[in-house]
Amino acid sequence: MSTQTVTADPATRQQPVTPHGGANMDAKRQRWGWFFIAPFALVFLVFLVGPLAYAFWMSLHTSTLVGGESFTGLANYGRAFTDPIFLEGLLRVGKFVAVMVPIQIAVALAAALVLDTLATRLSKFSRLMIFAPYAIPGMIGALMWGFLYSPRFGPASDLFGLFGATAPNFLSANLIFASLVNIVTWQWAGYYMIIIFAALRGIDPSIYEAARIDGASALQIAMRIKVPMISSAMVMVVIFSLIGTLQFFTEPAVLRTVAPGAIPGDYTPNMYAFTLAFSFSQFNYASTIAFALGIVVFIFSFIFLHLTRKQSGLR
Amino acid sequence: MAELQTMGGTAAPQTTNTARRRQPRRQAQGGARVGSHLFLVALVLYFITPLWWLVVASTKTNSGLFTGSGGPLWFNSEFNLLQNLADLTRYQGGIYWTWLGNSFLYALTAGVGATLFAVLAGYGFAKYNFRGRNFSFALLLGSVMVPLTALVIPTFVLLAEFQLVDTRWAIILPSLLSPLGVYLIRVYAQDVVPSELLDAGRVDGAGELRLFVQVALPLLRPAIVTVLLLSVVATWNNFFLALAMVRSPNLLPVTVGLDSWQALSNAGAGGEQVWNLIVTGALVSILPLIIAFLSLQRYWQGGLSLGSLK
Repeated sequence: MSTQTVTADPATRQQPVTPHGGANMDAKRQRWGWFFIAPFALVFLVFLVGPLAYAFWMSLHTSTLVGGESFTGLANYGRAFTDPIFLEGLLRVGKFVAVMVPIQIAVALAAALVLDTLATRLSKFSRLMIFAPYAIPGMIGALMWGFLYSPRFGPASDLFGLFGATAPNFLSANLIFASLVNIVTWQWAGYYMIIIFAALRGIDPSIYEAARIDGASALQIAMRIKVPMISSAMVMVVIFSLIGTLQFFTEPAVLRTVAPGAIPGDYTPNMYAFTLAFSFSQFNYASTIAFALGIVVFIFSFIFLHLTRKQSGLR
Repeated sequence: MAELQTMGGTAAPQTTNTARRRQPRRQAQGGARVGSHLFLVALVLYFITPLWWLVVASTKTNSGLFTGSGGPLWFNSEFNLLQNLADLTRYQGGIYWTWLGNSFLYALTAGVGATLFAVLAGYGFAKYNFRGRNFSFALLLGSVMVPLTALVIPTFVLLAEFQLVDTRWAIILPSLLSPLGVYLIRVYAQDVVPSELLDAGRVDGAGELRLFVQVALPLLRPAIVTVLLLSVVATWNNFFLALAMVRSPNLLPVTVGLDSWQALSNAGAGGEQVWNLIVTGALVSILPLIIAFLSLQRYWQGGLSLGSLK
């Protein structure tokens, strides 16, 4: 990207440029676009393109105590994609995608559709309460749920005791998956709900009127008219949720403190990369894992966007 | 490369106006109304329970958290909130308040910076047809799909080369990046800043910068508030980056700081357990953002859906 064009043209600053100043003047004016984009472009280059390129470079090298850093080609990738820990982590976040994304979207969509039919004080209040967890850091969310899950602090034993049952241990290896799904759903469903809700508000309600006259029920209107009409918002929400889930880190990392037996240090690919880098100083291999995860995320999102290009309006 | 269709004349302010006008006609009636409200009450109970627990727990002593008279979801007979706040100020020389200050510093600096860059770039993309625009914008759209956590480890190594690791810059600088913000501003600017208005200004002799400041900025205000909120929240909540970048206790943001207390309390003996301080600290730390969201409602409720409307 050329940043030269930005600085090369101080003259335009003084000259008032009229829209009727001819093709040359117009081209000069359009270069102001670069002036506006330059600061962001710099950040983009330094903190996105730079680290990506550097991660790739590091992944092609291996450093040893004796030999220093040496070029090893794709060997690190061969290691990563045959590394049972990395593959297991990928499979695990894959399972989280399969379970967590649909649940979050279902809760968000149901809440948004119901809120769209109401205009009461309670509905306005509910909207804010459902959204509230978005304003709370994932770390604090996981911390709170960790307390609630805890057999020592939590209300579970009391609640189950009311029915004469013993509470399950939410922090055990068997239940930790469900416990994590619950935390993330609690954290994010409200944010997705707000996006879907705002999209629903953009639909012209006269369309429903016509459907109602034709005898369509509220459920039919919701599923056959509303959902298809907000498909681009749905695609956006699924993409956010998909990318977020594949990068799963904060919640399991925080919950690991209280459930070390159920969550190993390499539970997700991101946790694995973090451990490799900061506990074992294996920065080359950690970069490989990070880059490989990045590629997987990119491919997943790309496939999803391609499959839904009709709904999302992507051309 | 893919080009996202922009929303057709459905800018947020208009949407809210027309929605209000149409309100009576979308109302559900009769039994469906009762059912809907019951469903909402159930949802609210679910979403509010952890927060209620946090409020209640912050009024308890350390041992009261385990063996209180009120149980986990109700107040104990003793009310210890003020004592907890006082202890929070005293414990480890009041480092908690340093952490909270750090969180503010990081989130506000990076949030304002990221928003500034996003507004400039989004406006540039929307209103100028410069060479390389389509390519750069395609690159930007692609980058929205790059998982930002994948950048943390290489960024750490890069910053280490410049001795910037374990400084405030290590958190602030990478947080200035907000491709989504640029995208949102571009979509919004395309709709609410009429090119005819800019051209009229040019005929009157206004420079490009003046047009941006005096014509575009006021029109973009709702989108700017939304992007500012999104970037502040993104930095405030970014646990992964902070955990990787800073080690010194006095540089930690409040999330990483509380996490370190949690680890200590979990491993430590009785005297090192500060569960009551963790809980009270967590409550205090979430108040600023909750207040910000409540007071800025009318901006973000329409703004968050920017770019998703067709």
